[in-house]
Amino acid sequence: MRWLARQRAFLDFTLLSLWRRKGKNAALILAYALVVFLVASVMFAVRALRTEAANVLAGTPELIVQRMLAGRHETVPESYVATVKAIRGVSRVTPRLWGYYFNRAAGATYTVMAPAGFAHGHGEIVVGPGVARTWLSPVDGQYLFRTVAGDSAGFVPVEALPEDTELVSGDLILMSGADFRRVFGLPEGFYTDLAVSVPNERELETVTEKIQRALPDTRPIQRRELLRTYAAVFDWRGGYVIVLLSGAGLAFFIFAWDRATGLSAEERREIGVLKALGWDTADVLSMKLWEGLTISLTAFLLGLIAAYVHVFLAGAGLFAQALKGWSVLAPRLDLTPAIDPTELLSLFFLTVAPYAVITLIPAWRAATTDPDAVMRG
Amino acid sequence: MSVKPAVLALLLTAGLVCLTLAAAAVQGLLIRRGFDLASGSPRQLALERRTYLVSTALSLVMAFEIMSLFLLVYVADDLHELFVGAMCAAGTFNVNSYGYTALTLKTLGALGCGVWLAVNHADTLGYDYPLLKSKYLWLSPLSLLVILADYVETRFLLGLAPDQITSCCGAIFSEAAAGVAGTLSHVPPRLAQALFVAGLLAVARSAAHVLATGRGARIFAAASAALFAASLIAVVSFISVFWYELPTHHCPFCLIQAEYGFVGYPLYAGLILGTACGLAVGALAGAGRHASLAEVLPRLKRRLTVAALAGFGLTAAIAAWPMIFSDFRLG
Amino acid sequence: MIRLDHVTKVFNPGRPNEYAALHGVSLDIEAGKVTVLRGPSGSGKTTLLSLIGCMARPSSGRIFVEEREITSLPERFLADIRRRTFGFVFQSFNLVSGLSVLENVVLPAAPLGEPPAVVRRQARAILDRLRLGPKAAQSVELLSGGEKQRAAIARALINSPRLIIADEPTAQLDSELSLELMAIVGDLKAEGRTCLIASHDSLVFRHPVVDRVVAVRDGRIVEAGADVC
Repeated sequence: MRWLARQRAFLDFTLLSLWRRKGKNAALILAYALVVFLVASVMFAVRALRTEAANVLAGTPELIVQRMLAGRHETVPESYVATVKAIRGVSRVTPRLWGYYFNRAAGATYTVMAPAGFAHGHGEIVVGPGVARTWLSPVDGQYLFRTVAGDSAGFVPVEALPEDTELVSGDLILMSGADFRRVFGLPEGFYTDLAVSVPNERELETVTEKIQRALPDTRPIQRRELLRTYAAVFDWRGGYVIVLLSGAGLAFFIFAWDRATGLSAEERREIGVLKALGWDTADVLSMKLWEGLTISLTAFLLGLIAAYVHVFLAGAGLFAQALKGWSVLAPRLDLTPAIDPTELLSLFFLTVAPYAVITLIPAWRAATTDPDAVMRG
Repeated sequence: MSVKPAVLALLLTAGLVCLTLAAAAVQGLLIRRGFDLASGSPRQLALERRTYLVSTALSLVMAFEIMSLFLLVYVADDLHELFVGAMCAAGTFNVNSYGYTALTLKTLGALGCGVWLAVNHADTLGYDYPLLKSKYLWLSPLSLLVILADYVETRFLLGLAPDQITSCCGAIFSEAAAGVAGTLSHVPPRLAQALFVAGLLAVARSAAHVLATGRGARIFAAASAALFAASLIAVVSFISVFWYELPTHHCPFCLIQAEYGFVGYPLYAGLILGTACGLAVGALAGAGRHASLAEVLPRLKRRLTVAALAGFGLTAAIAAWPMIFSDFRLG
Repeated sequence: MIRLDHVTKVFNPGRPNEYAALHGVSLDIEAGKVTVLRGPSGSGKTTLLSLIGCMARPSSGRIFVEEREITSLPERFLADIRRRTFGFVFQSFNLVSGLSVLENVVLPAAPLGEPPAVVRRQARAILDRLRLGPKAAQSVELLSGGEKQRAAIARALINSPRLIIADEPTAQLDSELSLELMAIVGDLKAEGRTCLIASHDSLVFRHPVVDRVVAVRDGRIVEAGADVC
């Protein structure tokens, strides 16, 4: 109880002191909050991108089989379907048709897919939100494609994909298999790759091995590997942006160090008075601790809120390019808010821990002011 | 290595902690060598002031060590998808041989810091710095331990190359697995429960003795250490199983995940608090012979004992909760 | 109440700027009396006050406060004795600017850990007694010289000290306010508190409330024990 009342008294005094030097402290807190904001923005954006990618990949098959020719991706003949299907543990094999289409007028590349159960008819397409936004010249409400034969084919957009998975589906165009073959000149009986379902995760390794043995010119890719790659890529980018930002952090911590060591004569006299009035070194240290905590937590919260607004409401304008960096279309990023405690704890360590260590010695120096300094004038 | 914000945070913290501790240990040695309470010289005054710096630094280090311990587990959990076969933190720690060593050393380091701070507090209660020489003598090995722990942790983090093949927690903490983890899971739940309850009883009994007579502090400390070990076995053997409601899931790390209401935090925090306070009571057992502490020490010991009981009590309550309130029953 | 036994104080020993402020001072200060240390500036009065007030340690000799030797106590114990036994009034008031009168008065109570409400009630009572009640919420910069001095006294009284130590308390006051201050000292004495004042102001050491004047010069006591009344 006594301890609590004491700490409360110190905290009261600290808050009064901070308030008395509003201007100086506001500058410090703002600079501090800016550092928190920058780091938090990167971390939030990375987390959101990872979540996004994981959500998208959740719907993809466990295993994809591509055929390789001279180290390049080749079309898969229909006969492969039966071979893979015959392997034990495989429940379903779906041959897929997809590719990239470059639109010179828009200056952008789009992903074109022909899903197996395409619900619409010949000459009709389904487009992602990014496509609808960027395709420059629909003629009579038709999207004109240049086919491999050199002529053009018009398609009517009959449906738009929902916006919530824009990062991956933003540049997506869906059409029927026949239309796909016509635009890209893909002969019948050949597919882009095979999607393989393996319900039992434990058999995945065995199935992968068997496919490779039966069809040596193929490359099976597991969904797990894709997830891992995405996570690694996003983390890697986030990590490097933070390393780049460490310059800003360093500048701030030098500023904070300078502030903490350059105690004004007035503050020094004040601590002398407190000590003369019966405050012990430990008491002044507690007060300094409260001061550091108040400044850190205020800056931390401010930076955190600003970063949240920046990433989830304003689309991470500052870092979006550096972090996404994969699509020519640069889809508008509406990230789903996702925060987890690890991030907050890491953020705390990246920002508050250095501040605490930096202010330790200055606080101690201030706290060990001679109490009789006040008496000696 | 993996350049991930949380990994960077851990590396930074390890660096800061090592720097602070190395400086504190050197200061400690200087204080220990030059300390002469009878002297009123400015040098002596300066040394006495430095004791405040060392205490504050150590408090900071302990706070960082405990928090970074949780962050380490979290990072390991977060990284598991980078490793083939890892499904939670348990798999990540197994990626290289530093993982579990780092975890163990860091836990010991945090406990050591706690005990040191308790001794330090006792020292400040006496008017002639009665424990000064011994506390600064112990500061050096403690610093070495924590610095070693952070070094091993750094090696672990730097050695995390993605795509390494590891085992998931089901394999590590399963009854079929070999090694320490497997052996722990293999302890029959009945035996683990008996050990845990016996530890609790031993702690309660010796605590009652300390509270009533002020003696038997070392026995209480030994009981606390034993209960710490028994609790770790208990977590792997039956506490986790009851919380997961899965007879084959023994992983001690999944408990701190959101799916289980972060129940691991109070569980482990209580355990660390109880063990650190219990060991501190033992560390202070011989301090009563100093005249300056004769009056204040019993009170401090009682408080530490009560704090230890509170910590262990929390752990026991969390262990008992699902056994009482869930329908899940073993075998 | 306070006993000094051959106390010396040397500043910066072993350095070129070494200087001895006190040379073997022995002194007894009786409880319940008003004692004045008289001497010119630089005579060692202030050093003596800070040694007695547990703010510094002597270079040699021994000091007893209420029969307890404090000579080589660690700082935290000195601080504890300081806040429980002494109330300080400084030469330049040393009020913390930017805080209100009440906030200044409760400062010495913070480390004691009394409930804030209790401390505030006590502070108000003391301020009322010193006719500062209406100014409790005012910032200390807005006070007049006499009010500042009374606020400083109120702050010295918050922990109910047995000994009030005042260093040149009239240095910044005119004659009228100096007499008012001495009247307050009289009240404190009547309550049974001990007062120790360092001053070279004749208004102070000739005042009837003073029981004893000790003359200090060049770090030595030149005229101890002479009762001046």
